[in-house]
Amino acid sequence: MSPPLVEVTEISRSYSMRSGMFGRTAAVHAVDGVSLTIPKGQTLGLVGESGSGKSTTGRIVLGLEPPDSGEVRFDGKSMAAPVTAAWRTQRARMQMIFQDPLGALDRRLPVATQIREPLDIHGLGTPAEREDRVRDLLRAVELTPAHGARYPGALSGGQRQRIVLARALATKPDFLVCDEPVSALDVSIQAQVVNLLCDLQAQLGLTLLFISHDLRVVRQISNVVAVMYLGRIVEIGSADDLFARPEHPYTQALVSASPAPGRRSAGRIVLAGDPPNPAARPQGCAFHPRCPRAIARCAREVPALSTVGGNRQVACHLVTGAETRDAA
Amino acid sequence: MAPLVNIEGLSVAFNGVPVLRGVDLALGKGEALGLVGESGSGKSVTWLAALGLLPRHAKVTGSVRLNGREILGAPAAQLDRVRGGRVAMIFQDPASALNPVLTIRKQLCESLALHRDLQGNAVKAEARRLLDLVGIPDAGRRLEAYPHEFSGGQVQRIMIAMALAGNPDVLIADEPTTALDATIQAQILELLSSIRCEFGMAMVLISHDLGVVAENCDRVAVMYAGRIVEEAPSNQLFADPVHPYAQSLIGALPPLDGPRRRLTAIPGTVPDPAMMPDGCAFAPRCALASDPCGLAAPTLAPIANERAVACIRAEASRRALLGIAAE
Repeated sequence: MSPPLVEVTEISRSYSMRSGMFGRTAAVHAVDGVSLTIPKGQTLGLVGESGSGKSTTGRIVLGLEPPDSGEVRFDGKSMAAPVTAAWRTQRARMQMIFQDPLGALDRRLPVATQIREPLDIHGLGTPAEREDRVRDLLRAVELTPAHGARYPGALSGGQRQRIVLARALATKPDFLVCDEPVSALDVSIQAQVVNLLCDLQAQLGLTLLFISHDLRVVRQISNVVAVMYLGRIVEIGSADDLFARPEHPYTQALVSASPAPGRRSAGRIVLAGDPPNPAARPQGCAFHPRCPRAIARCAREVPALSTVGGNRQVACHLVTGAETRDAA
Repeated sequence: MAPLVNIEGLSVAFNGVPVLRGVDLALGKGEALGLVGESGSGKSVTWLAALGLLPRHAKVTGSVRLNGREILGAPAAQLDRVRGGRVAMIFQDPASALNPVLTIRKQLCESLALHRDLQGNAVKAEARRLLDLVGIPDAGRRLEAYPHEFSGGQVQRIMIAMALAGNPDVLIADEPTTALDATIQAQILELLSSIRCEFGMAMVLISHDLGVVAENCDRVAVMYAGRIVEEAPSNQLFADPVHPYAQSLIGALPPLDGPRRRLTAIPGTVPDPAMMPDGCAFAPRCALASDPCGLAAPTLAPIANERAVACIRAEASRRALLGIAAE
């Protein structure tokens, strides 16, 4: 196995939120003790519903936001303090792609200028070399130099996302965080962008953190998938068998809630209750109020993420409980 | 059996640009019909036009019959009884469909008063019954709450309750779960199907999500660039799609189990309605296109029992079959 490029140890991040104008401030634990390792050239998929902390995790890994506790190591070194020269060099090696390409592009600049901008900022190459690089990048994302002269408004959604991808690749990064990069695209265009991302990863040896709520897309692109619920990882395992044999009741519900053509909804697990609220985290296992199989212990103790065979790790008393009982 | 809703040759043009180009669709009593297609294919416009909900500059032609009576271009008084009464509609963004400064009770009672002859306490009792029905806990007290006090899934439940207020024969659900999380989407879809069974209501489910449509509908129509390109019972469509566009759409969906395969991406993008290609609108993106595809737009023709396809290749093979049969 290749050495890890990104190592995240026990990162936590909470925000303070006030309920109402005079209400008491409460801490919202967006991310709570998350550890991840991404080997070089591989893809880690992060799935979860809104409020599960997957985007915050992505932002912390990228150094856009400091963790309250815990550490992020990139290529063996811990992240440099923000806005120093060392930080800037490190940041040129990691880039991010967001869900809304129109929001990430400047509508008043031709897209080629925007692809060139990171090269200017990081002072890479001579002006002539930068022009060449922009043309190469446009070709790499299967667009023509003619597209480069256009403004974002004159491109389709899929083309815009390609431009964002080209810009992210401009500094030849090693690591790319993709936060819901295809969620706003139609199915056929989504397939184009997913295929392109896979091809580019194979060509350039990119390491990816791929964040999405769409299980299908995550499985398609990832080697390892982590499922998050209310700021914690509840299950992590290889992409091929995680969704085929989910162990955690939440992962099981997510898989069963994902509609499949050709299968009617017989035997589907429909979770009761509202989506989780990070400001009112239940005691014990955060999932227990909605869990169809919860037992008394779930309301008291927070289950730890433990290995259940192979490379699968699950945080659930029901799955890991049996083994601990045997040991005792 | 005569269909409940029968749409024939429905066309819509905005400022001379055609966006819907001759849609024929029938909906039976109690049937669940799915409409899939990418953005701009005309799935929503079909029903907005049928119910006279498009702005005045939209030019709508064709025929829409509800129980045999023409409703396209009908006087406002007749349409007011149809909309919300016989045919109800729910939308993707439920939060913007509710008035944020009125309580849920006011808004529910408003639609009850419009469509049912209920007075005084009976209205409130009915409003409470509807909230109970859609699974809002503590319905009596929650009636006095404002929309922002509910979660996204609950607001969609309230929209469904309002849609049911008029005891409709048809519910048009336009991307009802697109803005919701996966587990909440499963809840809302289950609610819709249980209500449909209980009231024998017909439903049109408009979605870009093939999986959602496949699981919740009896019959599916696939739309592309303002036309229906394939229509089939949902299990047959997903097992054996005939139109190249339907085939590519299904191939573009990553599988959730089994071996991973490269996705079949459809090259290019949906054509601009103002610059529609001659002939089949899908031909420029179609891997199987040949010269005749650019000449004339294929019509939606039956290929088997309950199945129809608008593709010149399907037509040719059908003619060949008929030719053999005639000999």
